[in-house]
Amino acid sequence: MSRAGKIARRTFLIGSTAIVGGVAFGVYRVKTPYANPLQDALADGAASFNPWVMIDADKITLIGPHADKGQGVASSQAALIAEEMDLDFGQFEISFGTPDKAYWNTAMAGEGVPFMSTNESFTAETMRDVMSGGIKLLGMQLTGGSSTIPDSFDKLRRAGAMARETLKLAAAQKSGVPVAQLKTAQGAVQLPDGTDLKYTELAAIAATLDPVRDAHLRDPGQWRLIGKPMHRLDMTAKVTGTQTYGIDLKIDGMVHAAVKMNPRQGGALAGYDAAAAQSMRGVQKVLPITGGVAVIADNTWRAFQAAQAIEFDWGPAPYPAEQDDHWTEIGNSFTKDRLDKTWRDDGDVETELAKGSVVAAEYRSPYVAHQPLEPLNAVVKVTDDAVDVWSGNQIPRQLQQIVAKITGHKAAQVRFHNQFIGGSFGHRLEFEFIKQATEIANQMRGTPVKLTYSREEDFAHDFPRHIAMARGTGTVADGKVVAMDLDIASPSVMSSQMGRAGLPVPGPDMQIVAGAWNNPYALAHLRVRGYRVPELAPVSSWRSVGAAGAGFFFDSFLDELIHRAGADPMEERIRLMGHDLSRRVLETVAEMSSWGGELAANKGRGVAFVESFGVPTAEVVEVTNTENGIRIDKVWVAAEVGRVVDPVNFENLVQGGVIFGLGHAMNSQITYADGMAEQSNYWDAEAMRMAQCPEIFVKGLENGPHVRGIGEPPVPPAAPALANAIFAATGQRLRALPFNQGIDFV
Amino acid sequence: MKLVVNGTAHEIDVETDMPLLWVLRDELGLTGTKYGCGVAACGACTVHIDGVAVRSCQTPVGDVDGPVTTIEGLGNPAALHAVQAAWDEHQVAQCGYCQSGQIMQAADLLANTPNPTDSDIDDAMSGNLCRCGTYPRIRAAVKTAAAKLQEA
Repeated sequence: MSRAGKIARRTFLIGSTAIVGGVAFGVYRVKTPYANPLQDALADGAASFNPWVMIDADKITLIGPHADKGQGVASSQAALIAEEMDLDFGQFEISFGTPDKAYWNTAMAGEGVPFMSTNESFTAETMRDVMSGGIKLLGMQLTGGSSTIPDSFDKLRRAGAMARETLKLAAAQKSGVPVAQLKTAQGAVQLPDGTDLKYTELAAIAATLDPVRDAHLRDPGQWRLIGKPMHRLDMTAKVTGTQTYGIDLKIDGMVHAAVKMNPRQGGALAGYDAAAAQSMRGVQKVLPITGGVAVIADNTWRAFQAAQAIEFDWGPAPYPAEQDDHWTEIGNSFTKDRLDKTWRDDGDVETELAKGSVVAAEYRSPYVAHQPLEPLNAVVKVTDDAVDVWSGNQIPRQLQQIVAKITGHKAAQVRFHNQFIGGSFGHRLEFEFIKQATEIANQMRGTPVKLTYSREEDFAHDFPRHIAMARGTGTVADGKVVAMDLDIASPSVMSSQMGRAGLPVPGPDMQIVAGAWNNPYALAHLRVRGYRVPELAPVSSWRSVGAAGAGFFFDSFLDELIHRAGADPMEERIRLMGHDLSRRVLETVAEMSSWGGELAANKGRGVAFVESFGVPTAEVVEVTNTENGIRIDKVWVAAEVGRVVDPVNFENLVQGGVIFGLGHAMNSQITYADGMAEQSNYWDAEAMRMAQCPEIFVKGLENGPHVRGIGEPPVPPAAPALANAIFAATGQRLRALPFNQGIDFV
Repeated sequence: MKLVVNGTAHEIDVETDMPLLWVLRDELGLTGTKYGCGVAACGACTVHIDGVAVRSCQTPVGDVDGPVTTIEGLGNPAALHAVQAAWDEHQVAQCGYCQSGQIMQAADLLANTPNPTDSDIDDAMSGNLCRCGTYPRIRAAVKTAAAKLQEA
């Protein structure tokens, strides 16, 4: 019996904040594969060998169940299948498929167990296996946590190989040529005489065969697609305005809806007067929904205008009305009662600190909105027999449950049609807009309802990145950092977010300290503790989640200690690093940036290292202190991902992640006054504009044994690297995000 | 009210203060032009009126006094405009939602400034927000498109 099996049979609870903390189950259920959802709807003569490949006489369809919100996974999932199937781009269609347990995410366990990603001990690996079994049993289909490539890399190649070998079997049956003499290329099985049997011609025979389960995977040396620049399948559509997003959908008979919800999030609707709105052109109805009001009109703009014309009486916010009170609550949370967990306790921090000469500092990370450019939207049609939902969402099976609960249908009656998404950054992990569209459509059964958020409504109801504060103390001696003690307090983002999704999260929240406790430094004395603040404003995962704030705290404070010690920021990080792959990342970024060279007097450089989602990432930022403020000139990034699937898309995502991290670090936050977000459109929180964009040099390292995702890891080091560079250029240490509170930017 | 879009004349019956954006998207079904902010802060809705880039979300349809070109009229997948071809070559898009507006803005820039400097590009393009952070690729694509257009 496998070691996971032994552990699973004993069953135990995992005290962590994965979305499935604590699942008990048996070996049999974990090992049984889910049925192939494509089989149910297969036409005569069509073949499907597994949940990812479908072929009929006309076409080949590859299913990529992960949502594409810009990270390009519609292409990269297909490429992994196509690699093994010997398909070229252009020879197949792609689909997000329908929500199904078979698409459970095999790569989420790492973020769910309380072990550093660098910990490959028996216990850690076993816990990951057990956690993965739990995720499988729940059939958790989720796009997030930079997990698409890790989830897909082996699985989808196997799916492709299985299809290839089964098609060869079909070709052998048709031609009488033994399988061993058959080859595949460009969507066809090749006979020794040079005849091509197209996969589509073989579908009908293949449909009668048992899929070949032990198909071998190609040696990396034979790869045609993986590791080489790909032309993303969505690119031409996206540069011609022909890519359809959810917001562009038009369903026959559709009406347009806008909502106004209590801007004090979660507060009640005490009353409203819609007389003026009801008489406006194109307005069909004004409907109350939970916590707000919906306007139904014949056009999006008319619905927006009418929603603006309604007068409201809103109830109070279920959280402190003023921003200062949020900070006060967090500041009061560094107590024994609120200690969530001591995550790291190397050496003897307390004894070292007691020796005196202690460096101390406090840091802040604010609420930050996601605000992808496509406003939230959904089309929902409810009939007595079924519910259809057209939208973009990252947890589609949860969406089915949530919708079904509102309409009284069974989850299986909810048909979800996932759409290309115009950015998410975590926003599309949420369901409020789906719930609202469903409530409206349920009151208008038979009519498709398209709900579109105005930008202002989207800002007002963005569940932002969680607010956090850190207190660091440490000591230095003989030009070296000796001890570091970091306490981090924040509300639990996992509990807030997953609570809304109806998923329990027992145990401590690793996201409070993610990006801090798990950095694989071998500091002699290092302690990281998380403190859990009771929920304030509702919060949600924001690209890189905990590491966005905690990574900033950890690396900034380490930088302070290094400067206090009088050491070189790069050399001391390298000296302290206790993990070979991570040290290589630092050394690489030092080489790329020619660290240590002479700089003009008004320039400064900072380095930061943060490990998140299993990806050690280091960034060097170079700034100039100009008369008009700080200008960010250059950034160098190195990240260890095991394998770069598409170098062009990889570079684009890393540059984008750096820009996302730097932009929000410069100028973006959400603050509450009278219970409402004070920021209402992009001019209040605009992040980076092109004129501010530095040159960004990227290198992906492939030394590690695990294939990792790159969507989030470039974000966390950006803010501390910028703060560290500004310190180097100006002597001013910025400890509160966003930095425009303390310094001007060009 | 008469409106010429991508060379086709349309007779529309809407309020004169309805923004051009919503006439294009909801009345004419031209959804390549995107709604991002509604207040001319993001540039996703950029179209050309008489060849000049404007924010269609802040342009009342009653004020439109010339022919409108949208992303669909600039080029199409079978016949890309030089700017679109450069975007395709550099693989600029991530989510892609801002790119219609970026491309319309860049086409306007290159029509007026065939050989733009880095600072010309930054000045012209900084009103167009990209939340995914594709700016480095946009810069490169604008230069490629400029070179291509000058050859022609």
